[in-house]
Amino acid sequence: MTLAFSLSGIGKCYPHFALKDITLDLPEGQVMGLVGVNGAGKTTLLRLLTGLAAADTGEVTVLGHRLPEGQVAAKRDIGFASEDMRLYRGQTLRWHMDLMRGIYPGWSEDYATELLKRFDLRAEQTLGGFSHGQRVKALLLLCLARRPRLLLLDEPTTGLDPVARIEVLEALADVLRDESRSVLFSSHNTHDVEQMADSITFLHQGRLVASADKHAFVDRWRRVVCQGALPEGLEAWPEIASARANGSLVEIKARAWDAGMPARLAAQGLQVQRDDPMALEDIFVTAVRSGAVA
Amino acid sequence: MNAELFLSASDPRPMYQQIIDQVTAKVMAGDWAAGQPLPSIRELAAESRVSVITVRRAYEELERAGVIATRQGKGSVVAERSDLPTALMHEELQRQLEALLACAARLGLPRSELHRLIDQAADPDAAGPATPQGNTP
Repeated sequence: MTLAFSLSGIGKCYPHFALKDITLDLPEGQVMGLVGVNGAGKTTLLRLLTGLAAADTGEVTVLGHRLPEGQVAAKRDIGFASEDMRLYRGQTLRWHMDLMRGIYPGWSEDYATELLKRFDLRAEQTLGGFSHGQRVKALLLLCLARRPRLLLLDEPTTGLDPVARIEVLEALADVLRDESRSVLFSSHNTHDVEQMADSITFLHQGRLVASADKHAFVDRWRRVVCQGALPEGLEAWPEIASARANGSLVEIKARAWDAGMPARLAAQGLQVQRDDPMALEDIFVTAVRSGAVA
Repeated sequence: MNAELFLSASDPRPMYQQIIDQVTAKVMAGDWAAGQPLPSIRELAAESRVSVITVRRAYEELERAGVIATRQGKGSVVAERSDLPTALMHEELQRQLEALLACAARLGLPRSELHRLIDQAADPDAAGPATPQGNTP
């Protein structure tokens, strides 16, 4: 299996923030969603992968190139879009497109034209007159039309209106057609991640809380409603992330649900009334609050 | 073939289940005939804007259920069984019968009463006024 990137034992210290012990792989052709609250370390992780920052410890390999040594070669095939990237306000989008075409041999003018239409952008307009949403879409266009093998997108849908959000997600879905292209995109919105991503990684306070394929998360986690008295020590069970009671009604959030659990709970005096799959957002919040690795 | 399925995040079923249900419905309706190639996993994912892993899982379950067949390196086709739409409809009927029986059991209805209700539902004019009829609009 070819890996789009691999991080092993990564640490990165800043005065008020540290990324600790991150080990993470993305197989080629997959889409990974990086979820975390503001300040969780998502942008730092993306910057390490682009070579914009160097790790203090551990190894970073991107598209087969060790960073930082191989970063010139790696960068040819990496597309990074982040809100804090500056475009030239006095220049038109067309000027930016011509600039990119001059630098990147993979630039596709047809694809760029298609994206202009899809994003409803005017190439002859100067960037200074663009709205926030238009600037985000312009950045994405410049990034996508290069057809990079690894797309690193920092919060591509944050601050977009609903229509622009869908346009961006549609453009992202087109990338799936090519099995040699991989995507890592960060978001604090689990809904955007839930639909598009093959695997999901949760970051919190600079640590990796969990990383797994999307269905594994949804299959393993369950919200279980039971009738009975909350037994002592239930929260210590490794498969249980949280448990609370209101009278004889007990709500359990299980991080490792299996068919044998109702019987084990019944042995403790709890009758399972129902078990429902949890939304990713609920899984994330529960995982972060329970502290342990999901 | 248009590969786009109509999936919705507000549908309570998971995405892969929506794919399974819609592909099965298309086969049952005859929109997709036996032997017809299915869109590739990546094509369907891109068109319907869901992840590749979700479509792969749906295809795996459709294959286990015998609705589609996958040939190594050639992609998936609708299973070549002339009775497939009928077989799927029988399965659907079976599921609904089970649901019906479960519901009747919860109500404590005897089998004979259930038979009578089915006859009455099929032929509302013939049956006697056993159940009270409300005037609620």
